[in-house]
Amino acid sequence: MPQRSSVLSPNANLTGGRTLLRLATAGSVDDGKSTLVGRLLFDTNSVLADTLDHVEQVSKRRGLDRADLALLTDGLRAEREQGITIDVAYRYFATPARKFILADCPGHVQYTRNTVTGSSTADVIVLLVDARKGVIEQTRRHLAVASLLRVPHVVLVVNKIDLVDYSEDVFTAIATDFALLARSLGVLDTHCIPVSATEGDNVVTRSHRTPWYDGPTVLGYLENVDDTRLAVGSELRFPVQHVVRPQSAARAPWASRAPEVNGDYRGYAGKIESGRVRPGDEIVVLPRGSHTLVEAIDTPDGPLDLAVAGQSVIIRLNSDVDVSRGDVLAATDAPPAPIRDITATVCWLAERDLTNGARVLVQHGTSITKAIVKSIEGVLDLDFESGTVPCWRPTATLTLNDIGRVRLALASPLPIDSYREHRATGAFIIVDDADGWTLGAGLAGSTPLTARTAFTTQSDQHYPAQQGRGPS
Amino acid sequence: MTTDQLRPLTELQALESESIHIIREVAATFSSPIMLFSGGKDSVVMLHLAAKAFWPAPIPFGLLHVDTGHNFPEVLQFRDEAVEFYGAPLKIASVQDYIEDGRLRERPDGTRNPLQTLPLLDAITKGGHDAVFGGGRRDEERARAKERVFSMRDEFGQWDPRNQRPELWSLYNGRHLPGEHVRIFPLSNWTELDVWDYIAAEKISVPTIYYAHERHVTFRDGMWIAITEVTPARPGEVVELHSVRYRTVGDMSCTAAVLSAASTAHDVITEVGLSKITERGATRADDRLSEAAMEDRKREGYF
Repeated sequence: MPQRSSVLSPNANLTGGRTLLRLATAGSVDDGKSTLVGRLLFDTNSVLADTLDHVEQVSKRRGLDRADLALLTDGLRAEREQGITIDVAYRYFATPARKFILADCPGHVQYTRNTVTGSSTADVIVLLVDARKGVIEQTRRHLAVASLLRVPHVVLVVNKIDLVDYSEDVFTAIATDFALLARSLGVLDTHCIPVSATEGDNVVTRSHRTPWYDGPTVLGYLENVDDTRLAVGSELRFPVQHVVRPQSAARAPWASRAPEVNGDYRGYAGKIESGRVRPGDEIVVLPRGSHTLVEAIDTPDGPLDLAVAGQSVIIRLNSDVDVSRGDVLAATDAPPAPIRDITATVCWLAERDLTNGARVLVQHGTSITKAIVKSIEGVLDLDFESGTVPCWRPTATLTLNDIGRVRLALASPLPIDSYREHRATGAFIIVDDADGWTLGAGLAGSTPLTARTAFTTQSDQHYPAQQGRGPS
Repeated sequence: MTTDQLRPLTELQALESESIHIIREVAATFSSPIMLFSGGKDSVVMLHLAAKAFWPAPIPFGLLHVDTGHNFPEVLQFRDEAVEFYGAPLKIASVQDYIEDGRLRERPDGTRNPLQTLPLLDAITKGGHDAVFGGGRRDEERARAKERVFSMRDEFGQWDPRNQRPELWSLYNGRHLPGEHVRIFPLSNWTELDVWDYIAAEKISVPTIYYAHERHVTFRDGMWIAITEVTPARPGEVVELHSVRYRTVGDMSCTAAVLSAASTAHDVITEVGLSKITERGATRADDRLSEAAMEDRKREGYF
């Protein structure tokens, strides 16, 4: 067995460093989200002198006696003028342990569209509530979306704890409410932290004003949350981006650093979306279904004896099977059956409505196909009370920010997974055939939220695979 | 399978793979991509990633440099060497040509960065390019923080920040109408420090002026400006010889140096890691023109 540092890449310089964690924030208008994000950036020294100067000047102009950290996340001019946040913004900060990519999702305008977008790639959702208000309708909605999108971890920041005199009772009541809600929505990994973003309590440094709280700070939590991607432990999915067949063109001087290949080289380039692969593994080429073995995993830095989710590589196969862009190389254990009829939860992201019979495009992995909306079976009612779960209302159309149940007929079969088991290859987007706009986000298979009742037991939290799985 | 092998990718592995995936998607789904290449560190990292994305085949698209005519000679020399080294054809759109034949006029302040937009859009239109790679990063500036990896441009090259497509998972949607094109930012999620970490890890060559060297400079408007034929000393200014380096290498007329003794990529990483001034704030006079300077130029079709 080679050393760990050479397992994933022969280039040892890329392997020694810190890891990458993707977060998304969610909260309603006055929960202090911008201040929390500003505080994280400020206290990790990610805000540099000239940006801070600017914030201090603006704060002074507005008559504040200290820098308003919320201004650090000020974005477009229209947002500054209207004092609102319009769109998802990406922020970057780092500690010696990890680099963080934070999708900062505005709380009010188009909250579903933004939260769905931010959650789609997130390992952790940072959800805020105001300690004076506790769990409110918006919290339930955001958590429902996080559950739908299968974000692995949710941390609840109980903010403005200073405004309730750092009361343990208030915090405990909110944490209990939240735990019940999370359980009813099937969110497995949650944690609650009492915070004052303005004062800095428990954001980066532990507060002496909450002696009753012995858990991590927000940053401490983010640095330590388990980031062994669920995807890595799952079955292999490798959507083929293109077929590599170099026409023995003159090699640039750069390529002398890379391995030599011979004239009849043929490999398949792509990014591993889930699982892992080794030379010698048996795989199935979807949608055709031909079985073959992996001959080698190639990179310009040299061949690999193991590659895992997230890596861009070239896979060579040991037989002349027909493979082209759009195909998926998958583990032979429970590969998704190529299907032409899919049922999915669809988050509608466009101003124009979705109606029965609509003709759209479905983009999945590296393939795209025409599709017709066969039926819209319902829209999720997210105005649910604590102790219950969202339910479906009948509807004829989906409008902006709706989450609906949709049946689609595809022009050609796609090997779509159940989203619950494969976040990357269970996902698709719906695209307007005429102008190319991204209309909706699709999560294939059944919707977890409504399939359960309140206060289900742990044993209900695993579902048998149904939609889009192997031949029945 | 031990848990050891299930450890996640490192930051640089994850960023490299994400960028390579993006670059391959563009080559597979657009008919005529082109990559902007100035010889600056971000563009050379992007070019390096393109070479890795298509190995063992050559890079399947060309490069474009919008030359303001005010580039540092060291950068132009490096540009030509890098093009040769990575093996991609380079086209040059010249701001100087546009000024000479009257299509553009010199600005009163002498800054040519804002003048790049027209030659850029002309080159995109004439070349029939439907995808244009740029080395922009979201950490550079607040207008960029909201830009997508695949960023739509209308027929006039304009960006509409309020009307962007949602971008989910790693499903990039590049479909567009005739006349529109898409700007592609494979380095969206990289920070300045990531770029330097990668340059050090991959031993990527960058123009020499990124490293400390002696130069005659003057302290003007809070920045160290090199004394060149484009930026001569003004009456009364004190010219000093200092060890400096550049954090960005744009137009000489609006790019300032920082005092530095960093002579290797590792020195730069130490310096960048400790620096208290953002990259653009330290050295780009053009971003200081107004509070929304970058946003305005982006809307007009600048990168």
